[in-house]
Amino acid sequence: MTDLKVESVADAVDRRLRRSGLGGLIERVGTHNFSLLIALAVLVAIFGFLRPDVFFLLRNILNIGQAIAMLGILATAQTIVIISGGLDISVGAVVGMSTVCIALAVGWTGSPLLAILFGVAVGAIAGIVNGLIITVGRINAVIATLGTMAVFRGVAFIISNGQSISIFDPAFRFIGDGRILGVPVTILTLVIVVAIFFVLMRYTVTGRNIYAIGGNPLVARLAGLNVRAYQIGIYTLSGATAGLAGMLLAARTGSGQPISGSEGLELEAITAAVLGGCALTGGKGTIIGGLLGVLIIGVLDNGLILTSVPTFFQMVAKGVLLIAAVIIAEQQARRYG
Amino acid sequence: MSQVGSTGRRGEAPALAAVGVSKRFGVVRALDDVTLAVRSGEILALVGENGAGKSTLVRIFEGVYRPDQGTLMAEGVQRTLRSPADAHALGIRVIHQEPDIVPDLTIAENLFLGDFRRLHGLFLDRTDLARRTQGLLAEFGLENDLSPWMRAGDLKPAQRQLMEIMRALRRGLKVLALDEPTSSLTEDEAQRLFRVARRLRDDGVGVIYISHRMREVRDLADRVAVLRDGRVVDERPTIGFPEAEIVQAMVGRPIADLYERSARNLGPIALSVTGLTTARVHDVSFDVRSGEVVGLAGLMGAGRSELAEAIFGHDRALAGSVAVDGHPVRLRSPADAIAAGIGFAPEDRKSQALLLLRSVKDNISLAVPDLISRFDFISDGAERRIAGGLVDRLRIRTPSLEAPVANLSGGNQQKVVLGRWLARRPKVLILDEPTRGVDVGAKAEIYRLIAELAAEGIALLVISSEMPELLGLADRILVMAGGRVVHEMPRGEASEERILSLAMADNLTETSAAAE
Repeated sequence: MTDLKVESVADAVDRRLRRSGLGGLIERVGTHNFSLLIALAVLVAIFGFLRPDVFFLLRNILNIGQAIAMLGILATAQTIVIISGGLDISVGAVVGMSTVCIALAVGWTGSPLLAILFGVAVGAIAGIVNGLIITVGRINAVIATLGTMAVFRGVAFIISNGQSISIFDPAFRFIGDGRILGVPVTILTLVIVVAIFFVLMRYTVTGRNIYAIGGNPLVARLAGLNVRAYQIGIYTLSGATAGLAGMLLAARTGSGQPISGSEGLELEAITAAVLGGCALTGGKGTIIGGLLGVLIIGVLDNGLILTSVPTFFQMVAKGVLLIAAVIIAEQQARRYG
Repeated sequence: MSQVGSTGRRGEAPALAAVGVSKRFGVVRALDDVTLAVRSGEILALVGENGAGKSTLVRIFEGVYRPDQGTLMAEGVQRTLRSPADAHALGIRVIHQEPDIVPDLTIAENLFLGDFRRLHGLFLDRTDLARRTQGLLAEFGLENDLSPWMRAGDLKPAQRQLMEIMRALRRGLKVLALDEPTSSLTEDEAQRLFRVARRLRDDGVGVIYISHRMREVRDLADRVAVLRDGRVVDERPTIGFPEAEIVQAMVGRPIADLYERSARNLGPIALSVTGLTTARVHDVSFDVRSGEVVGLAGLMGAGRSELAEAIFGHDRALAGSVAVDGHPVRLRSPADAIAAGIGFAPEDRKSQALLLLRSVKDNISLAVPDLISRFDFISDGAERRIAGGLVDRLRIRTPSLEAPVANLSGGNQQKVVLGRWLARRPKVLILDEPTRGVDVGAKAEIYRLIAELAAEGIALLVISSEMPELLGLADRILVMAGGRVVHEMPRGEASEERILSLAMADNLTETSAAAE
């Protein structure tokens, strides 16, 4: 009876849209991403209506972009982890560890480039550790990365002696506030990383196989994939990306702080990925969806500040958003699953 | 025996009847004006191809779906069932292939959940619970196999089904529907289930029996109703309803002999297994020639699937070796076996072979990344050519290459799995229960395909619990029991009785040896 599909109103609307001019667009963007675009448009309309004087200024738009750059690369990397059927809760702690390592390395070497490579390498090593614990140790990803989150945070405090380490190198600070052809470097970084992830997941065998592993690891193994190697690679990628996010944060704040990245960064990244259509059971989700999720969070944050909503209420709004996203995702899964 | 069903209790209203029932799902008409009754004290077989509407009808009987038109009559009274609880209250029970149990509770607790007696109004009366459970187990002849305090999660599928029936019996059972109960059972487990069904019939229960297996239907049922495209197309006492006509009614056209075969040209040895041993397979050696179909027979738990998984590198080999075309194969993972030219269609395609939400195309190309990509970038054209070619060749009926495999019928899903391996041009193909849950028409196609592949020189190892299938397909049959190959016989010497006695005889010596 699996071949019988209940046609709901939504399906009918979907079909009608597909036949009309909008059809090709929806087909290409995907149903879930299309609803995200509508949600984003609604948010933009609301805040644009409430603060027409500020919201649409180029300055404000670039502000949003800079504010979400770090979250953007974390969330899209998290999207890949979740598609593979895993979860990486340690990314916030890795960001903190990376800022400290980069700040120290800038001091030692005087070379921003070497310092950045060092930060990314530290992140990658943290990711390998996660991957090995999960695959070789056969530990649930949530538990494993919850444990390593505490470890990495501890390491960040140990190597920094619990102190904030300032970075004075102007070349490094350029990453935080500089622009190339009028576009902030942070936003450029985001665009490049997201573009790479997008191509990886959409056009390569590797990406296809990551979907397969998340969809059903046993099926993937019996079709000849080396599931463990993929998983270790994915956590390494997630760690290295967190290291890169650490670079952005250190450049923005001009310092390496062990405490940084610990204010719920991993939860925001997971929120954005789920909002973007990832199923926590794996096998489902898109990079564009993850990016749209981040954009929605960014516009919401920005709009709530512009409309002077008190900070505490902003937190409530975000929590509600996450739950709403999961409910919508669940309903879609039931409709199509 | 059919006397009971057809003429017994004349004048009484049927135990359960659907009158003019229709049900649509969107544009699909699942049931179209179905009128069908099961009487008290008869076994009614409900047959039909996948998608014919059997499951929908059963779900209406069970209160899961409500009919769009038409009514249900229970013992002559019109009833509206809003939920399975309503059906249970009327004594209507459906036993599904995989019954729900609470795995961490004991058998006794599962059986009497919601009906525990208390001591002093507070404590669970374990003595009473054990006594009542023992009583039920004895009634089903299971008192030697099972104890009330065994963990229900450790039960085999057959035992779970029986437990579900016992649970149903607790409250006045009037109608029992069995939805393809034997698809995961061995021959003797099925026989035990049939004994229970017959006894319930004799006690006046109306039994509805849904199955793909013609022989069971003819053995068991007093009456057969055939569903096709949501309608009852034929309904007769079993005695006057020959198998050929039942099949013809199911598919709507006559079917030629299922197992067409021409003489096979056997080539050199393609697969050679020597002394293969794992935790559950002991010292197995055999060869399969190129162009040969070797059948693997045995009871459930005899180690057939385990042997297949060991050859495929999924299960770790403790000793022994496997060679393809004379070259030894490393057995560290399925990837090694695939690289050596082995393909494997596992027993449970939904959980082991298919990514249900992914497309037909993605599922076919999963094992051929090298053929569809350059520098890791997928070539859409190459992928469509390969997948499209196989869809045509295997006559996979799918709306498009992009359709999720979850939307395909069982037979077409199985063909997608076969397509995945054929894309690799394997030397050896291992098929574990290739026609499970597949309807008659698709079965015939899969049999023809197996013959074609053998003719192309592929060495095939086929595992099946359906004896006629093995006897029809295989050139040679290996019988397994207790993790060993206990006997090997050419096609000409094989018979169902002989295979069964070999498979069971060894089982007995094994257990008695273990007991000493």
